[in-house]
Amino acid sequence: MALVDKLGAALDSSGGGIILTTVDSLADWARGKSLWSMPMGTACCAMELIAGSFSKFDFDRHGTFPRPDPRHVDVMIVAGTITRKMAPAVKRIYEQMAEPKWVIAMGNCAVSGGIFYYDSYSVIRGVDEILPVDVYIAGCPPRPESMQDAVFQLREKIATESIAPGKKREVEFSLPMPGAGVRGGDAE
Amino acid sequence: MNASSIDRITSDAGEVDAVTLKITERTKKIATDGTPVDELVVNVGPSHPSTHGVCRVITHVDGEIVTKAEPVIGYLHRGVEKIAENRTYLQVVPLTDRLDYVGSMYTNWAYSRSVERLAGIRVPERAEYLRVITCEMQRMASHMMSLGSTSGDSGATTAFIYSFDIRERVIEFFEDLCGSRLTYNYVRPGGVSMEVPDGWFDDILAWLPIARQSLSELDRLFFGNHIARGRLKGIGVLSAEDAVSWGASGPVARGSGVNWDLRKHDTYSVYPRFDFDVPIGSNGDAYDRARCRLFEVYESMRIIEQAIEQIEPGPIKADGIPRLIAPRPGDAYDHIESARGSLGVYLVSDGSPRPYRMKVRSPAFCNLALLPMLAEGHTLSDLVIVLGSLDPVFGEVDR
Repeated sequence: MALVDKLGAALDSSGGGIILTTVDSLADWARGKSLWSMPMGTACCAMELIAGSFSKFDFDRHGTFPRPDPRHVDVMIVAGTITRKMAPAVKRIYEQMAEPKWVIAMGNCAVSGGIFYYDSYSVIRGVDEILPVDVYIAGCPPRPESMQDAVFQLREKIATESIAPGKKREVEFSLPMPGAGVRGGDAE
Repeated sequence: MNASSIDRITSDAGEVDAVTLKITERTKKIATDGTPVDELVVNVGPSHPSTHGVCRVITHVDGEIVTKAEPVIGYLHRGVEKIAENRTYLQVVPLTDRLDYVGSMYTNWAYSRSVERLAGIRVPERAEYLRVITCEMQRMASHMMSLGSTSGDSGATTAFIYSFDIRERVIEFFEDLCGSRLTYNYVRPGGVSMEVPDGWFDDILAWLPIARQSLSELDRLFFGNHIARGRLKGIGVLSAEDAVSWGASGPVARGSGVNWDLRKHDTYSVYPRFDFDVPIGSNGDAYDRARCRLFEVYESMRIIEQAIEQIEPGPIKADGIPRLIAPRPGDAYDHIESARGSLGVYLVSDGSPRPYRMKVRSPAFCNLALLPMLAEGHTLSDLVIVLGSLDPVFGEVDR
C-alpha cells in the first residue's frame, strides 16, 4: 500500500502534465531510492565508509548498499587520497560502471587534496581532476552521517534529471546546488 | 597440482590468449614430469575489497594454487616524510594521524616520543597515563578492525559487524575526548592536547565488563565456528626464525612464538607499573595471529583498568614548550608497540624549527614483505586470508 502511495505521489508530483515528465519522475524516483555504491576507499575515509554501512549508522535503510563491483553500482564513493599512481585505476573503474552513474567525493583529500594540498609531489588535488563529481563532502574524515546526507543530496540532484538528453526538471533543493537544476535553494 | 612440482618457466612469448589478453597473460610451464602446465597471472587490486586498502598483488596461479605473489605498493604514497620537512615539529602531528589511520594514536605517540627525545622534553606523569589509556583503547579498536576483516575475508560477515560494535564504542569515547572520530591529533610533543571530560573514566570502567562480554561472544561466534577454524588453521605458516630474520613484529611475530613486545622487552612510558601478559602463539598460522590479537584486547582492558586506578591529577602538558620547537642539531629514534608491531620514528634536526629528515619505521611494511613467502602454495582464496592476517594499513606502508 505504501509503495502504491509513493508511486502515485511520485507520478503526481511534477508539473507539465506531459508523458515525459511522468516517466522522468518515475525513473528519478527509482534511481534515487536504490543508489548502490562502489566503495572506492583508498585511505582514512574508507574506515568511516565501512562504519557507515554497519549497524550503528546502517546505510542499508536508505537503499545504499556497498557493492565492490563496478558493473553493479550507480554511484562511486571516492573516499580517500588519490595519488598519481592510483588515478588510472580509479578512472578505469569509473569507466567500467554502467550509465547512469554518479560520483561522490568523500573527504578533503578527494575534494581538493586536503592536508596534502601543499608540498606533496604525488597527490592528485581532488578527484574532480579525473572524474565528474556530483556531491562533495568536506571533513577529514567526514562523519558517516554526512556520508548519508550526501546520498540525500545526490537523490535531490537525480530528481532534476530527465531521460530526454539536455533537458532538466525543475526541483526545489534543500541546499543551494549550483549548476545542478533549474532552480536552486537560494532562489526567491 | 602441487606448486613445488613446477621447476621452470620456459617461455612467456607467443602464448597470449586473445580473449583474456586484458586481464591475464599466459605463460607456459613444464612440470617435473614433463607435462606442460598453464600458469595464469592474475592481477588482484589495487582496488579490491579484500586487499585492505590499495594493495595490488600480482599473483601467479597454477590452477588455483598460488605459485608466486608479488605485492605492488605505493598506491597511497603521499610523501608524508617529505612534507614533514616543510612543517614545524607541531604541524607534523596531524600528518602522522593519517599514516596509520586505523590506529592514529600510535603514530602520534611514536612521533611525539621521538621529538621529546630529540628536544629533551620531560612529559608529566598524568600525560603518560592518558597516553597509555588512549593507546590501549586504540589497540582494542585496531584489533577489532583486524579481526573483523579477517572474519569478513573468510566469509563470516556477521562477526565483522559484532567486532565493529566494540570498535564504534571506543571511537565514541575518543570523540568525547578530543572531538574527532578517526584523526585525533591528541598525543602531542610534551603531553596530550586536552584534559579528559567529566566522568570519562567512569564511563570506560562501566563499559569494559560489557566489552569483555561482547568479546567472548565474538570469540564463540567466530573462533568457535569450525568453518572459520578450517579457513584459518595452517594458512600462511611463518616460522619463528623467519619472523625474526624478516623483521616481523607485533602479533605477526608473536603468533609465531617470538616473545617480543616492546611494552615488556624495551619498556617505555609507565608500562612497567602494569601487570599484563603478552599472548604468544605457537603455530605461526593465520589462526594464531588472529588469536593473539583477540587475547591482546583482553590484556589491553587489564592495562586500562590499572591505569585508570593509578592515574593522579596533575598537569597534562610539559611546561614551557615553545610553539616553535627547535632542537639542537642531532638525531633521535624512538619506537613504541603499535597494534601492528614496532613503530618507530627517526628524526634528524639541523637546529631549525623544522625536521631535517623524518623516517617512519613502519611495522605494516615489514610484515607485508612476508606475503610472497607466506602465500606460496596456498589457494587464491587463501591469499586474502594471509594478507588479512598480516593486517597491513596502507597509509603506513606507503607513507
